[in-house]
Amino acid sequence: MSEGAVSASNVNANEKMANLLKEAENLKTKLEEERSKLNDVNLSNIAERLEQIAYVNIKPRKVLKGHQAKVLCTDWSPDKRHIISSSQDGRLIIWDAFTTNKEHAVTMPTTWIMACAYAPSGNFVACGGLDNKVTVYPITSDEEMAAKKRTVGTHTSYMSCCIYPNSDQQILTGSGDSTCALWDVESGQLLQSFHGHSGDVMAIDLAPNETGNTFVSGSCDRMAFIWDMRSGHVVQSFEGHQSDVNSVKFHPCGDAIATGSDDSSCRLYDMRADREVAVFAKESIIFGVNSVDFSVSGRLLFAGYNDYTVNLWDTLKSERVCLLYGHENKVSCVQVSPDGTALSTGSWDYTIRVWA
Amino acid sequence: MNSEADKTQATNATLAMSNAEKHPAVESTSSLPTSPPATATAATESCAPAAISPPAPAQATTQTSVPTPAPEALANGNSNSNIQEVVATTSSGSAAATTAEGGATVNGAGGVVTSAAAATPPPSAKTVNVRDTTTSAGVSSSSASKSSGLLTVNSNHHHHHHHQQSSSSSTSSQQQATPSTVVMQSSSQHQRSNKNEDAPNILVYKKMETIIEKMQAESTGVAVRTVKAFMSKVPSVFTGADLVAWILKNFDVEDVTEALHFAHLLSSHGYIFPIDDHALTVRNDGTFYRFQTPYFWPSNCWEPENTDYALQKMFSRKWEFIFMQAESQSKVAKKRDKLERKVLDSQERAFWDVHRPMPGCVNTTEIDIKKAYRRGGSSHGTGSSGASVAKNPIEQLSRIIALRKQKLERRTIKVSKAAEALVAYYDQYNEFDYFITSPELPNPWQTDSTEMWDTEKNSKEVPVRRVKRWAFSLRELLNDAIGRDQFTKFLEKEYSGENLKFWESVQEMKALPQSEIKEAIHKIWQEFLAPDAPCPVNVDSKSVELAREAVNSPNGPNRWCFDVAASHVYHLMKSDSYSRYLRSDMYKDYLNCSRKKIKSIPNLFGVKR
Repeated sequence: MSEGAVSASNVNANEKMANLLKEAENLKTKLEEERSKLNDVNLSNIAERLEQIAYVNIKPRKVLKGHQAKVLCTDWSPDKRHIISSSQDGRLIIWDAFTTNKEHAVTMPTTWIMACAYAPSGNFVACGGLDNKVTVYPITSDEEMAAKKRTVGTHTSYMSCCIYPNSDQQILTGSGDSTCALWDVESGQLLQSFHGHSGDVMAIDLAPNETGNTFVSGSCDRMAFIWDMRSGHVVQSFEGHQSDVNSVKFHPCGDAIATGSDDSSCRLYDMRADREVAVFAKESIIFGVNSVDFSVSGRLLFAGYNDYTVNLWDTLKSERVCLLYGHENKVSCVQVSPDGTALSTGSWDYTIRVWA
Repeated sequence: MNSEADKTQATNATLAMSNAEKHPAVESTSSLPTSPPATATAATESCAPAAISPPAPAQATTQTSVPTPAPEALANGNSNSNIQEVVATTSSGSAAATTAEGGATVNGAGGVVTSAAAATPPPSAKTVNVRDTTTSAGVSSSSASKSSGLLTVNSNHHHHHHHQQSSSSSTSSQQQATPSTVVMQSSSQHQRSNKNEDAPNILVYKKMETIIEKMQAESTGVAVRTVKAFMSKVPSVFTGADLVAWILKNFDVEDVTEALHFAHLLSSHGYIFPIDDHALTVRNDGTFYRFQTPYFWPSNCWEPENTDYALQKMFSRKWEFIFMQAESQSKVAKKRDKLERKVLDSQERAFWDVHRPMPGCVNTTEIDIKKAYRRGGSSHGTGSSGASVAKNPIEQLSRIIALRKQKLERRTIKVSKAAEALVAYYDQYNEFDYFITSPELPNPWQTDSTEMWDTEKNSKEVPVRRVKRWAFSLRELLNDAIGRDQFTKFLEKEYSGENLKFWESVQEMKALPQSEIKEAIHKIWQEFLAPDAPCPVNVDSKSVELAREAVNSPNGPNRWCFDVAASHVYHLMKSDSYSRYLRSDMYKDYLNCSRKKIKSIPNLFGVKR
């Protein structure tokens, strides 16, 4: 009797599944139809009138050595010359990248610190990782930093990324528990949580618009979502990647995003056209992308790959401009400095490099 | 034993294996008696470590008695292609062929040699043939079942093995357990492979393997030869220069540097290796390299244990001895064996160079902890999210459907419009992009001079570039402290300063800690929106109503309660005051004032004009 009920419900579930699959497919077809009507021209065609970027004067300028394990994340200070880095060695180092001096080195309660971020004031740093927590440290002396740390929020899986959204008082985090969360730093209160991804959230970025109410997230469910911080809802979604989305970044204009994925491609999605407008890939590039960032004009996209290189893409012409060699292991993070004068790269080869 | 005959037999076995590959379960049950469930369970447990490894389809066709430990099973990830390769290449005479053929020859040459082949696992799944006899030597039996069994150190001959089978009941019970073990393994493997198929590292391995296969193509691949050296022969090698030339010719790489880097990556991942160097890298010269056998490809998910490594060392001397014995016994294939053994030895050494790289070399088998975590392969536990997805496919699908519906309802613009906007943005900003246009003052990172930063900080003069930027958008103007100051003054002159003040107050309030929010909201309401506000802003009644509701909401006001009103005011400023500001003498004067001070026009480079 109960067996029959179980099998009946199985049948129902299967039927439901099949129907849903069919509906999803239909919607996809319909969506493609609708979007193709508006896909009147390629971005690279429009960009034909621009001159080709013959070369970019970019060379390795600094090498920051001091971590004893893989560098997992870095962040530029708002002062344009300091860099904070977190590593699998469980240490957080604050560098004067200009002189390559280490100013602080703080040992964390956990190794595998996957993310770190400077507060807008430059007076605090937030970090976390396999401990599932986001912890805030004031930047003072080493001993004090460790003593005055405060745990702000806790996820149910590792914390993969964090940013301060325009205020020292809030932190936005992404996690392996497939959610993002906005925390009140002072109280540790969860101000808003963001459910919607069906895979680990790997990266987040804040929209560079005047209100700062939206952010983008990239996930192992191969999607990138645009969220409204106020409602906690997805306002826009982008699919197309064939594997995990490891990195997302807003175009400086705020109307487009770039993604980097394990499918070894980077993509440019325009939010106004609500679709992918460019794919940056080559047959000879077979390794995954860990991190992307734009130059100030949005023309160049820097992408750090698992093949130890950084590729510079011309986002408008969809061409590769050049390759940066130097790292001896996977490039885990790339970031253009706040004033756009330099690019920092962190790698599994234990070093951080500054290019300009 | 006649080696010719054995070779044929081996080939037959290979063919049978490819059948077994297709129907592993059926094959295995038919060739071996079904076991009682209890034994099966026990056996499964005993080979628990092997359970994670792929099943050995070939096992069924062999007379082996041992529940197969990992390694030969490993071939299975690729066993299909693997086997095909063996069959296909035996006649072709390419590098792979010699290697594969070698496996067969060694196998056929007699019991002792066979076990030598086991010591250095040959490329084909045929190794399985040798994998008999665990029960005899204590050490070897434990090594076979406990270790993931890379080096199953079996010193028994074939006939010895047969003898043992009939005499030892424990062996036979183990043997009986085999088929169901295979079935269980294969089912567990099936799930696992589904889970791992799209793992990021496997994706890359598959891409590399496609390339390696192209490289090994008979006529269009990299030329593989046997080189005569003084007093000896170096079998199945190619030069670094040939490899780099091939990559340059066949791939969309830019230059030799990229080709070399590409070759290096193939090497550090263990697909090609220098024949006499532990450092897995490629040089663009006459250095000799060899292809790794698919058996040792990293996509097989080898997780070699240190015990294997230790055993390899421990027994290497013994094997030397055994091999020497075998060598003297098998005079026919002697010369050939030597070459094959050379290849096999080097391939196994290269395998360890990948998994236990020498100091200073990158261990390419390390997986990003986030990915390992998610796929539940980490000792730290399993990712919660991955599990929830697997549990709830219906919910996941419903989400996707909702998102697509949302997308369908969205009003969008043409791609050409979006593209024009992106290009226009570049037009506007390219002179501020230091990677494209050099700044007026030297880039501190390029010159080690902080002049640019110091001037920015200390100088009272505002460079014209900066003032020009204010005209790009209201956002740019407000992002610049001096710009915001100028705009405030302009609004005051126009008696509409309260708009900006209101907008600023709202932004400041949003950035406050939660504990101060309530008070700040109250203040803003009183100052700008309340009926008797001293500094009323010009907002439509609907926005005011929304704000009032939010302020008085029973859950307490939240930091976004004035957002609608604030964005209304922002657009008002943008469309009205801001454009008037840009046309005003105030802005023009400021722009001209800073224009006079500039010494030189920024010199352009990078972009051809």
